[in-house]
Amino acid sequence: MGAPGLHAYLVLAALVFAIGLFGVLTRRNAIGILLGIELMLNAVNINLVAFARFNADLVGLVFTLFTIPITVAEVGVGLAIIIAIFRARKTIEADHLNLLRG
Amino acid sequence: MTAEAIGFWLVAAVLLATSLAVVLTPNLFHAVLFLAAALVSTGVVFLLLDAAFLFAVQLLLYAGGVITIMVFAIMLTEQLVGERLRQTSRWVINGAILAAAVFVGVLGFVVRSARPARPPAADRTADLARALVGPFAAPFELLAVLLVAALVGAIYFARTED
Repeated sequence: MGAPGLHAYLVLAALVFAIGLFGVLTRRNAIGILLGIELMLNAVNINLVAFARFNADLVGLVFTLFTIPITVAEVGVGLAIIIAIFRARKTIEADHLNLLRG
Repeated sequence: MTAEAIGFWLVAAVLLATSLAVVLTPNLFHAVLFLAAALVSTGVVFLLLDAAFLFAVQLLLYAGGVITIMVFAIMLTEQLVGERLRQTSRWVINGAILAAAVFVGVLGFVVRSARPARPPAADRTADLARALVGPFAAPFELLAVLLVAALVGAIYFARTED
């Protein structure tokens, strides 16, 4: 078996993405859903870096460098919203958050 | 089997195991710690792909920043509710079927695509730096604006009323 090719990395990323999707679909807790989203974004980053490596291209690396800070910003805002919801409703179970007006 | 292949399969196994643990463990705190392990193994995948700078960024921003924020949020909400946060799952069968269907769909595209040969390794950190201040300078500045907006928004959402 030689060095892993582009397809090995793509399949690995697809598996991680599917696992993250499973987490988003099945978790009841809002923080658990956020963890699943993190996994999915991470899988996309693996894809971008793998394409950049195997096509000897720079854009994939630049794109990954942009998506990582954007993900960090998303987590910050998401957790702030979760804490705000928790203060107002005393729960972060996604099933119970069915009102737009607190 | 080359050293790189052994490294890849090891990292792939660790990444998949920790990812599964993130979505399956009932303890939310443990799930965040498993996510940290998954993010670090993703960084090692970047290292295998000759992107050492992205490995550093991944460690600093994800494993350092995101995990710290998550641990703080969980501790804060646990303190507010006064009990350990447990989490249960629902619709496990449906979720597994849907996730498997998405995976098979992606796999179909992957196996039908072309297999490019691996070009020789090269350190592209300097090229990355030149690209960030050259053709990608404007999006790079916009990213700074986005981060400031996100931080101000997060403080606004999480503030107390008094």
